[in-house]
Amino acid sequence: MKVALFVPCYIDLIYPEVAIATLELLEKYNIEVIVPLNQTCCGQPTANEGDQENSAKIEKAFAENFQDLDVDYIVGPAGSCVKQIRQHFDAIPQTEKVTAMRAKTIELVQFFTDVLKITDFSNISFPHTIAIHNSCSSIRGLHITSRSEWMEPRYNKTEELLNSIKDITIKHIDRPDECCGFGGTFCVTDEAVSAKMGQDKVSDYVRNGIEYVVSPDMSCLMHQKGVSDKEKTNLKFLHVAQILNNGPF
Amino acid sequence: MKKVNVEKNAAEFIYQDDIHVTEHDKNLWNARQKRDTAAAQIPEWEELRNLASAIKEHTLTHLDQYLEQFVTNAEKRGIKVHFANDAAEHNAIAYEILSSHRVKNIIKSKSMLQEECGMTPFLEEKGIGVLETDLGERIQQLSEQIPSHIVMPAIHQTKEDIAKLFAEKIGTDPNNTDPASLNTAMRNNARPKFLLADAGMTGGNFAIAETGTFVVCTNEGNADLTASLPPLHIASIGIEKILPKAEDLGVFIRILSRSALGTPATQYTSHFTGPREGAEMHIILTDNGRSKRLAMDEFWKSLKCIRCGACMNTCPVYRRSSGLAYGATYSGPIGIIIDPTFDAKKYSELPFHSSLCGSCSEVCPVHINIAEQIMDWRKVMMKNKEVDFSRRMAFKAVGVMLGHPKLFRAVEKVAYNAINILPEAITENKTLDPWAAHRKLPDVKKETFREWYIKNRKNNEQ
Ligand code: SF4
Repeated sequence: MKVALFVPCYIDLIYPEVAIATLELLEKYNIEVIVPLNQTCCGQPTANEGDQENSAKIEKAFAENFQDLDVDYIVGPAGSCVKQIRQHFDAIPQTEKVTAMRAKTIELVQFFTDVLKITDFSNISFPHTIAIHNSCSSIRGLHITSRSEWMEPRYNKTEELLNSIKDITIKHIDRPDECCGFGGTFCVTDEAVSAKMGQDKVSDYVRNGIEYVVSPDMSCLMHQKGVSDKEKTNLKFLHVAQILNNGPF
Repeated sequence: MKKVNVEKNAAEFIYQDDIHVTEHDKNLWNARQKRDTAAAQIPEWEELRNLASAIKEHTLTHLDQYLEQFVTNAEKRGIKVHFANDAAEHNAIAYEILSSHRVKNIIKSKSMLQEECGMTPFLEEKGIGVLETDLGERIQQLSEQIPSHIVMPAIHQTKEDIAKLFAEKIGTDPNNTDPASLNTAMRNNARPKFLLADAGMTGGNFAIAETGTFVVCTNEGNADLTASLPPLHIASIGIEKILPKAEDLGVFIRILSRSALGTPATQYTSHFTGPREGAEMHIILTDNGRSKRLAMDEFWKSLKCIRCGACMNTCPVYRRSSGLAYGATYSGPIGIIIDPTFDAKKYSELPFHSSLCGSCSEVCPVHINIAEQIMDWRKVMMKNKEVDFSRRMAFKAVGVMLGHPKLFRAVEKVAYNAINILPEAITENKTLDPWAAHRKLPDVKKETFREWYIKNRKNNEQ
C-alpha cells in the first residue's frame, strides 16, 4: 500500500516527533510513505473564522501538494485537520481531483482500525495510567468513538488500539468528551472561556490520577499542556502514534 | 445598536468569583447527564428524534396550509385569533385586548416570544401591572434581568443570590438558602396576587392544526393558574409552533422534557381547546422575523427548535459564560444562530463565541445542524465585514502565509526565534499575547519535521 503523509503545520513546527512516530509506524507495517515537502496547512484556521477568501489560498496550496499523487490514502495524525479536509474544504472549486483527494484523506487511528484492521500492539509496553482525549472533531466529525449524545452502540477506536498495549492502565475521566476549549483561533479570541475550559479539563485528569494524556490530536494537547504547565501539574501529553511506535517521546 | 461584546461579558462572569461559574457549569452539566439517562431508557429514542425532525421539516415546508387549518379550527372553538407581523404589532394587539377589557393587572407564565417582543416593559409603560408566575421568571423580574436560559431563567444565580434578593424584595431571612423554603416564601407572597389579576397571558409550546388546540408545558402548574383564574386568557404563539395532528404531539411530549431536564414529561401538559363559559380566549399568532428566516437557505432549520435548552446545557462555552453574556433573548447555541436574524450587527460577535465542539447539533432532539449554522453565520459576518478590522487582517496574513510554502517556512523560523529569544515576562504578558495569560507557550523545536525528513529520508524526497 502507498500513502501520502499529511503533516499539519503545527506538527511540523512544534511536534516533529509526532510526525516521525507516524512515519516510522507506517513504515513498520510495510507501507510506502511519501511526504510532499511543500505542504503547509489544511486551511482550518481561516475556515473556522468563516474567512473563505483566505481559506481558498491555503486549500489551493494543499491540493497542489496532494491531488496528483498516486497513493491509496492520505494519512494525517490529526483528527481536526482531517475533518477539515473531509467535511469542509469548500473554498476552492470541487473538481473531480479535489473530491477524490478529500475522500481518501484519513486520520491515523482510523487508518489502523478501519483500513489496515490492525489493532494488536501487544509488543509494546507502556506501564502508565493514561486518559484518552479524543478531540471534538475526531468524535463528532470523524466518529472515532460513539457519541455520548446519541443512544448508539458504544465504541472507542483509540481505546481499541491502546488497550492492546502491555501494562497500560486506561482510565476514563469524569467528562471524557467535554471540549477542552482549544477550538483553533477560539483559544486566543475567547481567552477567558477557553482557559477556563482547559483548566477544568486539567483538573479532571488530576482528580482521576492520570499520568499521561494520549490523543490522536496534538492541537488540543498543545492547549491542554499549556494550561497544565502553567498550573505546574505533573501531567504529560503524548500523541497516540508515539505510544504505538514506542517513541520518539 | 451597539455590538454585544460576548467575550468580555463571559470573562466578567468567569472572573467575578470562583462560585458562580462552577455552580452554573455543574448544574447545567447535571441536566445534560439526566437527559442522557432519560434518553437511554427509551429504546426508540433515536427514532423519536428522527420523527420529530421530519414532522417539523414537513410542517415548516407546508406552513401556510397548516396555519390556515389551525386558525379555522381554533376559531370554530371560540378562540379569537389575531395575526402579528412583528413585535410592535404583537404588543399593540395585546394592549388593545387588555385595554378594551379595562385590565389593570396581568399574570403571565413563561413565554420566550413575549420576552422576544419586549412585551412586559411595553405594558408596564402603559400602566399595566405584570406579574411573572413562573418562579425562575419571577426571580429574573425581581432582579431586573432578562432570563439567562430558556428553560431555567435564573440558573446563573446561586441559592445565596436568591436568598439575598428575596430578603430584599419580600422580606425573607437572608441566611436561609434552603431552596424549598425560598420557593414556599415566593409562593405565599405571589399567589394572593394571582387572584387580583384581570387577565392571564401564556405562551404555547405546540399548536395543533387538526384540532385548533394549543398546548402549554410547565413544571409548576403556573400556566394553568394563569389561564384559569382570570376571565381573559391571551396566548402568544410563534407561527413555527404548529404541528399537523394531535398524534404528532406524543412524539414531542416524549422528547421535550427528557431533553430539557431529563424528566419523562413536564409536570403539567395543558391543552387549551377554547374558552370556558363566561371567559375569553385569544391567540396572537406572531411572525416577528420567522417567515424571513424560513426563506434563508442555511438558517431555516433553526425554526424546528422546540426550546428545550438541551443545546445550552451541553454547550461548554455557554456553561462558562452564562446566558446574560449573550445580551439577547436567546442565548447559548440556539441563540447564536437565531439572534443575528433579529439584528445582524448587534449580534455579529455571537457566532465567534463557540469552540465549534459540535455537541449542540448532536444533542438537539429535532436534529438542527446548529454547529454548521454557526460556521455559516461566521461566513456571513466575515463577508459583511462585521468582524473587527484587525481580526480580518490577521487572518488575511495567515491566508497569505499558509498559501505560500516558502513564506511559511520563513515564518516558522521567525516563530521559533521569537518564542525562544523573548523572555517569558514579555511573551506571557496578557496584552501582548492572549494565549499566554493562562497557558505556557509550547516549545518550538530546533528542527522541524521537514528538516528531519530531508536529513533522514533523502531518497524518498518528492
Ligand atoms: S436548538 Fe435543539 S437543543 Fe437547542 S433548544 Fe432548540 S430544540 Fe432544544
